[in-house]
Amino acid sequence: MLYGRLVLARVRSQLQYRLSFALDTVAMFLVSFLDFLAVLLIFHATPRLGAFSVEEVAFLYATSGLSFAIAELVVGHLDGFPQLIRDGSFDVLLVRPRGTLFQVVSIDFQLRRLGLAVQAFVVLGWAISRLDIPWDAGRVAALPLMVACGAAIFCGVWVLTISVVFWAVEGREAANAFTYGGRQLTQYPIDVYGRWLRRLLAYVIPMAFVSYFPALYVLDKPDPLGLPHWLRYAAPVAAVGICVASALMWRFAVRHYRSAGG
Amino acid sequence: MIEVEKLSKRFVVREGRFRRRRRTVDAVSEISFGVERGELLGYLGPNGAGKSTTVKMLTGILVPSSGRVRVAGLEPSRQRIQLARRIGAMFGQRVQLWWDLPLADSFELLRHIYRVPADRYRESLDRFREVLDLDPFLQTPVRQLSLGQRIRGELTAAMLHGPELLFLDEPTIGLDVVAKQRVRDFLVELNRERGVTILLTTHDLGDIERLCSRLLVIDHGRLIWDGGIDDLKERYGEERTLVVDLEEPSPPLEVEGARVERVDGPRQWLRFRGSAAELTARVAEHARLVDLQVAEPDIEEIVRRIYSGR
Repeated sequence: MLYGRLVLARVRSQLQYRLSFALDTVAMFLVSFLDFLAVLLIFHATPRLGAFSVEEVAFLYATSGLSFAIAELVVGHLDGFPQLIRDGSFDVLLVRPRGTLFQVVSIDFQLRRLGLAVQAFVVLGWAISRLDIPWDAGRVAALPLMVACGAAIFCGVWVLTISVVFWAVEGREAANAFTYGGRQLTQYPIDVYGRWLRRLLAYVIPMAFVSYFPALYVLDKPDPLGLPHWLRYAAPVAAVGICVASALMWRFAVRHYRSAGG
Repeated sequence: MIEVEKLSKRFVVREGRFRRRRRTVDAVSEISFGVERGELLGYLGPNGAGKSTTVKMLTGILVPSSGRVRVAGLEPSRQRIQLARRIGAMFGQRVQLWWDLPLADSFELLRHIYRVPADRYRESLDRFREVLDLDPFLQTPVRQLSLGQRIRGELTAAMLHGPELLFLDEPTIGLDVVAKQRVRDFLVELNRERGVTILLTTHDLGDIERLCSRLLVIDHGRLIWDGGIDDLKERYGEERTLVVDLEEPSPPLEVEGARVERVDGPRQWLRFRGSAAELTARVAEHARLVDLQVAEPDIEEIVRRIYSGR
């Protein structure tokens, strides 16, 4: 498969610099633990955050972190995409018989981003071991599914927002607010946020479906906000919706590509 | 192979920092031309004249504002992927090879991107290795290649999938004389032996003169010349020069229809219009000729005249 070959080629060239690769990965892994430390610090001051205990928040943190890590591994190179637009290298991708989005995301696979996934796994293991989850077939299946849907939602939001760059090359910062910002937001239960932010996350950019709603199902918790019960099963719908929207947006945006002078 | 009818591309430019004014720029306006299979034609124009914009519309990179364009029977921007399989493109400044991979690995990835069958790939790669002498640097990472080596790699990359139509943007820019000649020879061979249609965008008039039989000239987004190079010379080239070597030094010849521009011992330079044969006959009446030669106006001069003669 072509994707595998492209990824392998990138990995091979990254492994040419073994030491730098190892340092990068370890650094990423350690720094991400500092990030989790910040979560624990909050619970040092308060026993509960909204209606959630420290283990429950850790569960949210880990599932959203895992989703984000997968998304970043797959489409993270979109961060470098504005440069392709600015210097016109996107031209080269357009004269190849493959989808442009596929080419952009496969151009630079960064293996070191795995460090983030490893950290999320460790935190998830800790949370699950301390939580009393009523495991049944549905919940066992729901855990990987919610991570996959969450990853798809992050990917969708990433593609959707980076498309702005076709019109304004400097639009990357705005896009980052949604992707990296969304990651921060999904690490905590949405009941700690104000009402307008909650609505935004639940209904507009479907970040609440990354961890909050499906976690209510896995943890078998009533929604402290009293939102409709079916929302906890709706993550796949949200994921498909945002992915379709982002694919359409990308297609529309490519037709407005202006290329660079020369 | 290519049909273009009243093709235009307008860009909206926003100006001013606070009060943004919109201004439209016609990068290409209402150009029409056709290209037959097997042609090798040059596309010439000063910077910003609309050359690249035209090529980008032909390859499906840019969506035209208006007009019709068909390449290999396809509409480039809508059928981009089908078209990409049948055309090759090399943009001088843009690298299509993987920067930190050996050249051979880049080719291998391109083989999979284009889904070229292994045996056909082997066959064309072997040929390019021979013709472009790639072997000495096939295993070198692209970032370590010299410009000439990289261009040869890029040409191979553009041709590996066996396209019928090749777009080249400044293929010889920055190359030394030897490398330039090698690339030119290669293009002629592709065109003659394999029947590849080639559209060459260039500033290098040497490329045009040695390679192309037909020339398109664009300026300010409009096509101002479409025809043979000889016709162009006839139309815009003012006078030719007849250089004669006489048996012995003589004062400037007085011949009807020509004037002497320079005298150097027995050699004289006569500027004239019309037939060289008639002039030679008239010169022979006045003096005994040892040798003669007709100098054509040089294309660089002609192009300068076209650009400034608007």
